[in-house]
Amino acid sequence: MSKVAVRLVLNGDDRAVFVDPGQNLLDVLRRELGDLTPKYGCGQGTCGACTVTVDGEVRLACLTLAEAVDGCRVDTAAGLADGAELHVLQEAFMEHFAAQCGYCTTGMLMSAATLLRDKPSPSRDEVVEAISGNICRCTGYEPIIDAILAAARGSTTGSGRR
Amino acid sequence: MTLRTECAVNAVEAARVLGGDSRSRLSAGGTLLMRAVNEGDPSFDLIVRHADPQVLSLRLQADRLHIGAAVTMSALLASPDAACLHAAARQVGGPAIRNMATVGGNLFAPSPYGDLATALLALDATYTSVDDTNPRPLESLFALRATHTVAGSPIARPPVVLELQCRRPAAEADFRFLKVSRVKPKGISVMAIAVHLPGSATGARLQQVRIAFGAMGATPLRAVSAERALEGQTLGEPSIAAATAVALDGLHPDTDAIASRWYRQTVAPVHLGRALRAGGRR
Amino acid sequence: MIEFRKELFADERDDTLKEVGQPTRRQDILGHVTGRSPFFDDHLFDGLTHLKCVRSPHHRARIRHVDTSAAERMPGVHRVLTERDVPVNRNTLLSLIDFGKDDEPALASGQVNYIGEPVVAVIADTDRQARDACAVVRIDYEVLPHVLDVEAALMPEAPVVNETYPDNSFDYHDRYDHQKLRFGDVEAAFAQADHVVEARYQMSPIEHAPTEPNGAIAVPETNDRIACYTSTQALFFSLGTTAKLLDISSARLHFIGGTVGGGFGGKVDTVVEPLAVLGCLLTGRPVRYVYDRAEEMQVSSPRGGERWYLKDGVMNDGRIVAREFRGYFDGGAYTRLTSYAIIKGTAHLPGPYTIPNVSANVYGVYTNRTPASAMRGFGITGVDFAIECHMDRVAEAIDMDPIELRLINAYRDGDMKPHRREAKNCALIECMQVAAEKSGWVLGESFKNLSSRVNGGGERARIPNTRTDQDGTLGARRRGERGPHTPPAEVLNGVSPTVPGRAVAGSGYASTASASAPTSVPPSAVPTTPATPVPVVAASSSAAPSSAAPSSPAPQAPASAHGEGSTATPAASPPGEEQPAQPPSPRRSAQRFSSIFGTRRR
Repeated sequence: MSKVAVRLVLNGDDRAVFVDPGQNLLDVLRRELGDLTPKYGCGQGTCGACTVTVDGEVRLACLTLAEAVDGCRVDTAAGLADGAELHVLQEAFMEHFAAQCGYCTTGMLMSAATLLRDKPSPSRDEVVEAISGNICRCTGYEPIIDAILAAARGSTTGSGRR
Repeated sequence: MTLRTECAVNAVEAARVLGGDSRSRLSAGGTLLMRAVNEGDPSFDLIVRHADPQVLSLRLQADRLHIGAAVTMSALLASPDAACLHAAARQVGGPAIRNMATVGGNLFAPSPYGDLATALLALDATYTSVDDTNPRPLESLFALRATHTVAGSPIARPPVVLELQCRRPAAEADFRFLKVSRVKPKGISVMAIAVHLPGSATGARLQQVRIAFGAMGATPLRAVSAERALEGQTLGEPSIAAATAVALDGLHPDTDAIASRWYRQTVAPVHLGRALRAGGRR
Repeated sequence: MIEFRKELFADERDDTLKEVGQPTRRQDILGHVTGRSPFFDDHLFDGLTHLKCVRSPHHRARIRHVDTSAAERMPGVHRVLTERDVPVNRNTLLSLIDFGKDDEPALASGQVNYIGEPVVAVIADTDRQARDACAVVRIDYEVLPHVLDVEAALMPEAPVVNETYPDNSFDYHDRYDHQKLRFGDVEAAFAQADHVVEARYQMSPIEHAPTEPNGAIAVPETNDRIACYTSTQALFFSLGTTAKLLDISSARLHFIGGTVGGGFGGKVDTVVEPLAVLGCLLTGRPVRYVYDRAEEMQVSSPRGGERWYLKDGVMNDGRIVAREFRGYFDGGAYTRLTSYAIIKGTAHLPGPYTIPNVSANVYGVYTNRTPASAMRGFGITGVDFAIECHMDRVAEAIDMDPIELRLINAYRDGDMKPHRREAKNCALIECMQVAAEKSGWVLGESFKNLSSRVNGGGERARIPNTRTDQDGTLGARRRGERGPHTPPAEVLNGVSPTVPGRAVAGSGYASTASASAPTSVPPSAVPTTPATPVPVVAASSSAAPSSAAPSSPAPQAPASAHGEGSTATPAASPPGEEQPAQPPSPRRSAQRFSSIFGTRRR
């Protein structure tokens, strides 16, 4: 089985890895690159637990061919915090009980962070649309929506990074 | 069997590789193919990709849209020229799926997927492929798919689609798209309905009516009798009633994880009525 | 977001505490938002192998032959496990607390009893290689008639679903084929009641669908120990069950978990850990066994569907004087936690109400469905749905406000509950008063002043003279001694007769060889549902007291998780087939649960 070389910039760091042909990005991020923040929930693009960004666009890592991100920028939830300083969304999620089991959280954060980067003051409907690809089985979504809106209000004062 | 991948230099090369290996599949956005990979689909082990620029372009020429097969739903949504397709593109998956899913891939998406293909069918869209650069009606592609779905076999030499073409509706309000799903805001179709009613915006007699249903058969299908019931009529309660009475003609709904055949049959006329009364794009 | 009504029961509480009663941040939420919470799969191991199972495509079939030779030769395969590899291949979850008989194999032995039951496990270097090897395992099945409806399963002629319980019902107290509750005399009370209201209620199975699927990784550790990282909700149960199935000392097991990506009761069954640990023992490699999404939906336990018949006797002034239950828990093919759910649920009856005469017969039924287990208050939530719908019906029958009916009948502190415990810390009255106030539901003045702490106990604390019976002893049903209840017509007639064995298309588990050819169905389709409405409640209410008047239910399709209209098979077993001899199994007597869980102390 010959491997394919993939170079990428992961959360700002230059990385290089050899992947199996047909291996998906989720698998490569977790097993080859050691980034355990995106999760496996369905393997079919329904749950959103594997949400990452590729060149700044939200994508589902489980449906992305790893070799297709050669030369790309990939960002995951592991890159949200700045060292020990949390992203405003992470603070907001903690404040607003926006996680219970925590399994959907990293995917939610990626969808939310991308939204706030593009729309710093989203409406509630826009927040709902932004997380419409992320399933949560625990919270009923309202605390998550509240947290994102709160973060949006906070980020207008400049404490967010993305 | 071990998976292999190949990145072809262009669409012609991709078609050559695909034609030469019955265990190969083309990866467009990957939203359907990678799912099959993840589930261990044993029917293929070669994944073929290409980044031919001609499948990435999106342009308006005269009043015809030319959409490259690899144009994503997000790219469609970002283009004001493609406004008539926004209602359909907007409801495909969630934001991440829309960044990945392509127009070309949607043509091959099995029921109950294929919302965009449904809209394109109602717009009399045509397609060109590597093997055939003369635009062909989408119906011929769907007919090819339907034959193979019933036989349970993959298409031996699936066309490598290059581009889709369709004329934009003369008036925005002439074209409506309705997606019926149980989960909001994003859900898989119980059914999708695209109706093109040229003349309705001005209250004139309808010409070239097209009514396409998705998830009511193996591929998007036209409700041919409903179309005939509206053809040459003005849009109003009597003609709408005549159309919904024969809504199911030409359709072959089935049971799947989303809805039963019985449910689809029962609600299709109701939703067709809503689409016809919508008075504008939804 | 949350409103506290601190004025209620204020004297029973200390509101000056620093932590109790104060909002606080989850101790694990920092890990969740940074993605550092250690779910079982968030551990990397060199040389990790992957385990996937070959699963039954049939509801019920005899396994004639298993050929794993081709699978063993597939690339990347380390080991192929069959039933012969499992040291103790028959277990029930609650054997750890000495309740119930061992009935479920880790890998099917001789017969499969539900679609998705694991028969063979393949361990390979990659997930794909394991799947490819599974695809070439050859299993020769003889498809057998199956049963999917709880009442059909209890017909004397029904096929045996679970060999350990050949009557298709859990054995309660070594005596009865159901759990009884008796308090007072319901028949006498029905005769005195002003109205009798009867109805049937049907629940569907519910799948937890956690975002994280069930899974475990077993890894060799120092000192001949195996570490098992697992998604289980029941770490000690899982450790004990694994030790038992593999016949190893529990001291050799190190179970690591507690970070669960959604449990809801769906991660208590300890199905993945034993095979992962066994694989690790036999290969010396780390073994990862995780359900994919299809397995999580189909194979992992749901909360089983329940069918309840309720009969209330009510006076014109709103007092419910008698309530009779007949409940059928669809436990699927194996016991798991259904046995316990019924005991728990029966103790809960008749709901949060004080009714002087209560009777219940609750059956744990085996059908050829996915084995059911815990989910969100299982044992209680299903029957509560039935009870609360029924309360509304009763209110309607006597033209009374449904909240006021509940307030009249609500239990109060000191009342005797039918399972012979005194009700304490009741709060139903206050809950309903607050809910009515907040929703603008106007209650009569006297109802606004009711309290859970007033007018309970006294006469209501008495245990009445109680009529008991010996109906439904073990085996009586199979012998054809009819129980007192007749299944509804559509179950007796059957939507179809014996369902010939056929692979359910779309189940994802290809049958490589079977005695009867599978019906050819397009992969995306499952069998059509019949053109009947979703099961609805059928009720009859009579002004005159009735003793045995059968209700005439509205036509309804039997509950079916898969949308299959046919339930099958009150037919006789194929000619020439004998009932299998009951396997000798140690008979355990059920312990009284109070002795297991301890008496509550205030």
